[in-house]
Amino acid sequence: MTIVLNGESRETRAATLADLLHEAGFGPRVATARNGSFVPAGQRMATALQDGDRIEVVAPMQGG
Amino acid sequence: MPVFYGVEVGSALMLGTAQYPSPATLAGAFRSSGAGVATVSLRREAGGGQDFWALVEGLGTRVLPNTAGCHSVKEAVTTAHMAREVFGTRWIKLEVIGHADTLQPDVVALLEAARILSEDGFDVFPYCTEDLTVCGRLVDAGCRVLMPWGAPIGSGLGLNNPYGLRSLRAHFPEVPLVVDAGIGLPSHAAQAMEMGFDAVLLNTAVAKAGDPVAMARAFALAIEAGRAACLADPMPARDMAAPSTPVIGKAFLS
Repeated sequence: MTIVLNGESRETRAATLADLLHEAGFGPRVATARNGSFVPAGQRMATALQDGDRIEVVAPMQGG
Repeated sequence: MPVFYGVEVGSALMLGTAQYPSPATLAGAFRSSGAGVATVSLRREAGGGQDFWALVEGLGTRVLPNTAGCHSVKEAVTTAHMAREVFGTRWIKLEVIGHADTLQPDVVALLEAARILSEDGFDVFPYCTEDLTVCGRLVDAGCRVLMPWGAPIGSGLGLNNPYGLRSLRAHFPEVPLVVDAGIGLPSHAAQAMEMGFDAVLLNTAVAKAGDPVAMARAFALAIEAGRAACLADPMPARDMAAPSTPVIGKAFLS
């Protein structure tokens, strides 16, 4: 299946959002959105991925 | 010291964490200034986020995540939810940008996002203009802090509309007010504090100084002086001179 992860197209075998985070090797302190909607950490395992999904994974960054 | 949503912070200086020449300089600026709040953001994770978080945790300040770069209600609300989870705080500096060149807020979208987030249990710090009506509506929407700009973000122009800011202070005596954005010099920060603002939020003026650690200290001193001056009840300004030395008793020498 092909998804878009942080703006880049990616082939994945991950079934859920939690699997994808593990597969991509993200650190623990991140937040996620699927197709523009926030997915709380507790719902990542229950969030099945579908072909074409746009996934955003964000982390703490410098800000003003 | 200012109290935001029931939390007293240790300093009236709120300092951004962006644009420093190095992480060590960032940490040095927080140490030298004693800033009470650190603003942070969320961006796509590209490997640096976890280290940055460790650095911020080490600062020992309250953390205020922003929604910088958001241009719509949906983007800002989604970002706020992500920030609440990542940073473990209800505080959110709500930015909904309406204009590319000036980065001035889209106050209509800001108001809508502020209402949604306040109802969702967030403590909203809205980046707004000094417009009295907009600010009144933000308070009605649940905001217990207002953060009008001094000048466009990153411009360093200072307080562009001192009349408007004074007027805002007078109209909302009970609401904590923060001048957010546009501060370039410690004297600008002192001016805001002399007017009775509760705090000042700045980033570029420190981060882009030749010596950010020393400039952060200069801002802390100016803010302390401005606050002390406000509490000391400054004299009213007047157009004509008024001699300070007694006129009576002057020797007749001509």
